[in-house]
Amino acid sequence: MVPLSWYLILAAALFSIGLFGVLSRKNAIAILLGIELMMNAVNINLVAFWRYANPTLMAGQVFTIIVFAVAAAEVAVGLALVISIYRRHNTVVAEDLNLMKW
Amino acid sequence: MTPQQIIFLLTAFVAVFSAVNVVSTRNMVHAALWLIATLFGAAVLFALLEASFIAVVQVVVYIGAIAIMFIFAVMLTRRDIREGGPQHNPGWWSAAVISVLVFASLVVVLSNWSGFNTVSAPPVPEDSLVLLGKALVSPDAFVLPFEVASVLLLSALVGAVYVAIGNKK
Amino acid sequence: MNHEFVTTLIWLVPLPPLLAFFLIVLFTNRSKALSHTIAVGAALLSWLGSMIIFIAAVGEEYLGEHPFLSSINWLPTGDTFLQIGVQIDPLSAAVLFFVAWTILAIFVYSVGYHNFGQPKGDHDQPGLPPHGATVTDAHGHKHTVLSVEPMYSRFFAFIGLFAFGMYTLVVSDNLLTLFVGWEIMGLCSYLLIGFWYGKPSARNAAVKAFMTTRVGDVFMLLGLAFLYSATGTLNYREIFYNQVTLDALAKATTPFLGMSAAGLIGLLLFIGTVGKSAQWPLHAWLPDAMEGPTPVSAMIHAATMVSAGVYMVIRIFPLFTADWGGYELTTTMAIIGFIGAFTAFFAATIAVAQNDIKRVLAYSTISQLGYMIAALGIGAYVAAAFHLITHAFFKALLFLGSGSVIHGMEHGVMHTGNRKVDPQDMMNMGGLRKKMPITFWTFLIGGFALSGFPLVTAGFWSKDEILADAFVHSHWAIFITLALAALMTAFYTMRQITLTFFGAPRTEEAEHAHETPWTMTLPLVVLSVFAVGYGWVGIPEHFPLIGGLIPNWFHEFVGGTLLKHPKPVDFNIVPLLTSLVVALGGLGLGWLVYKDFKAGQPDPLEKPLGFMYQVLKNKYYFDEFYGHFIIKPVVWLSEVFTSKWIDKTAIDGILHAFGFATDGLGHTFRIYLDAPVINGVIGDGSYRLTQWAGKQLRFIQTGRIQAYLATALAVALVLAAAYFFLA
Repeated sequence: MVPLSWYLILAAALFSIGLFGVLSRKNAIAILLGIELMMNAVNINLVAFWRYANPTLMAGQVFTIIVFAVAAAEVAVGLALVISIYRRHNTVVAEDLNLMKW
Repeated sequence: MTPQQIIFLLTAFVAVFSAVNVVSTRNMVHAALWLIATLFGAAVLFALLEASFIAVVQVVVYIGAIAIMFIFAVMLTRRDIREGGPQHNPGWWSAAVISVLVFASLVVVLSNWSGFNTVSAPPVPEDSLVLLGKALVSPDAFVLPFEVASVLLLSALVGAVYVAIGNKK
Repeated sequence: MNHEFVTTLIWLVPLPPLLAFFLIVLFTNRSKALSHTIAVGAALLSWLGSMIIFIAAVGEEYLGEHPFLSSINWLPTGDTFLQIGVQIDPLSAAVLFFVAWTILAIFVYSVGYHNFGQPKGDHDQPGLPPHGATVTDAHGHKHTVLSVEPMYSRFFAFIGLFAFGMYTLVVSDNLLTLFVGWEIMGLCSYLLIGFWYGKPSARNAAVKAFMTTRVGDVFMLLGLAFLYSATGTLNYREIFYNQVTLDALAKATTPFLGMSAAGLIGLLLFIGTVGKSAQWPLHAWLPDAMEGPTPVSAMIHAATMVSAGVYMVIRIFPLFTADWGGYELTTTMAIIGFIGAFTAFFAATIAVAQNDIKRVLAYSTISQLGYMIAALGIGAYVAAAFHLITHAFFKALLFLGSGSVIHGMEHGVMHTGNRKVDPQDMMNMGGLRKKMPITFWTFLIGGFALSGFPLVTAGFWSKDEILADAFVHSHWAIFITLALAALMTAFYTMRQITLTFFGAPRTEEAEHAHETPWTMTLPLVVLSVFAVGYGWVGIPEHFPLIGGLIPNWFHEFVGGTLLKHPKPVDFNIVPLLTSLVVALGGLGLGWLVYKDFKAGQPDPLEKPLGFMYQVLKNKYYFDEFYGHFIIKPVVWLSEVFTSKWIDKTAIDGILHAFGFATDGLGHTFRIYLDAPVINGVIGDGSYRLTQWAGKQLRFIQTGRIQAYLATALAVALVLAAAYFFLA
């Protein structure tokens, strides 16, 4: 059987890659893509823990489903915001959106 | 090496490779497509973990809805960043350092955990899907988070519509 | 009748007028018709409830032992609760009866008095009495007619609140809610006496009434506090119907004049009544209160406020008689009896020399209240209650009647247009009998009741009972004083009736006076029925001929309120004869002296009384006395002594010295410590440091969320590493 550590390391790697995307990308949509990667890493962790700890307790899967719901909500609102900003300012570059800067 | 381990390694390689492409490619449509590849990899891993329902939901919801929405959004905002210019902030190397450090610290922390090297797992019950359904709607378990999630979805729906509709004059 | 239903009803009785007050103030004050409909409707509802309660109360056999009671917890006071509640025992039932009738009558009367239905005045302003309006009739003639009161709705709101205060006071089962109702009425009397606040005299009268009654109220509050600390309760039943408590209070001694606690509390509470019921020496506010509209005068002098004072003394009767053996008066009772009798006589003498129709009645009210107080002072419990009620009826009648007369005279003033004529001055009247027949007959009934006209009127029976009690228990001084006061009462009443209604009109205005609308005369007729009929419920058993024909119901009923039922006094011919002589004598004398009075003559009393006449006319110079010996010293005390000497010189001097010393000290500190060290190093230094740090760190505020996130993560990583490797 696959050791649990493999899953955890893979999830950590995906999380870090997603984090890099969030931190470095210019495009707001790409930032959202990075966030999706991080959420997937979390999901892999949750399911892996469920499988290896006690599969009769469904908490891991339930929270995975809730993460799905949150991801869907986040993407819907996030993309709506991006599109709205794009309409007004004609840009999706996060750096250009500096209205609230000093 | 068991067949499962081989499948895992292959899938993991695909997932990580696609993920790196998601954050590094210049073409946003390609990035979205690479994301789909990563998500597929995760779905395979869910199947490998015997979480069949989650695997199906991953394909249907994530790939079928969320990733497609990304592609739409990319296409709606294409004019802005042409494939030519740099797609990363000037300080991207610091982001890379931080990400590597995060990865390293996560591995360090996890490897110090006693259950890190668990190899065997109890069998998954036959009716795990029934258990999941019951857990979601049982008052003793997760009905409240479940309902809260539904409210969250509703408000996200309304909010997204409101934000995206703009001001029509 | 269902017991529970009645107790619920008792709670509800005070509420309609309060509701009317809020409705009018908040919503309907623009509509005159709606406002008075609400107010009169509320009065009618309360009246209906009161009558049901009264009938239920009369139907109970042992009401004194088992009154209608209901109470709730109100204020938590440590371990227990201060309870408030309602109670109808025989006394409050009887009082509720007259209160409901008079209040209803006054409400209806006010509609006519404030000229509802008349046109708007030409230049009427809020805060001034209406001046009249010019109308053009079908023939093109211009007339001046009475105009409607500009603040019509406001008036009904205020008397609604007033009625609420009175009902609350009557149905209350404890001295605390009684005091609440008492103070609500104090406020309303201030508002209503000063209703025409555009007149300086009305403003002053309002302030005077408020301040004077306040003097009494402070003592009353002291009495309440004393009572509460001594017994732990203010409930009527627990104090006045509880022999143990009464005995304990009677035995407890106080350092003041060797009085018992019961006596001292009684005296303190009584001082509240002295203010409220305008007894000497706090009587001066009541005649000035005539500045208010006449229904207010009726309200204050008959139905509510002054009656409330006497009602309270009747309530606390068991308290101040707790250490009374039954014969020798205690100190408190002697004081009460003296003040009452003195006031009765003293006010009656003033009334003789007044020309203002309302002022005569005001002094007569003071005098009659003195009667009741004197009766209570000698222990004549039932007689006092009886006189309270009969007086309320005939005095309300007289006041409303005088208002009707004034109204008729104002009609004449409008007609002639001569505004110099005072419509309240009896010297300007005469012959109104033919112009205003209903007013005349009802006023006559009221006046005869006030004088104690034998056998038929209510005033005779109640006054006779007080005199008989004083005589039988041989309180000679009080008996003689009261008898003299009664003689004078009859005299000035007849003087008033003769001057107003008989003879020929002495001015053109009186010639053109006019009967008032039905809304004003109907209450007069109703009240005159009671002014006659109410006396018959209290005819003594042993009265010659008619005694016992109607059982002495009132005595049985109200006497039941007390723990020890009072015995009716034995019949004696002397007080009866005295009553007859003083009433008929006074009336006859009044008629003889004034029947030939002509316009322009000096008052026939002026010559025989000599300088006394001026003294009486100026009310024994009491206002001047108070002005010189109380108000001036108080003003001096506050303006010169306290303000100038104590405050400005002594206290300010000390403060200035302090200020000077502190200033010097502060200056030194400032130069040598504050400026260089505190400001230079700590104050300016810290600001400079912050500014420098801000400038240096400004670059991290990039406005880029990603940079923030990266920084936060880097810091978190460092901290986590530190925790992980070091801990």
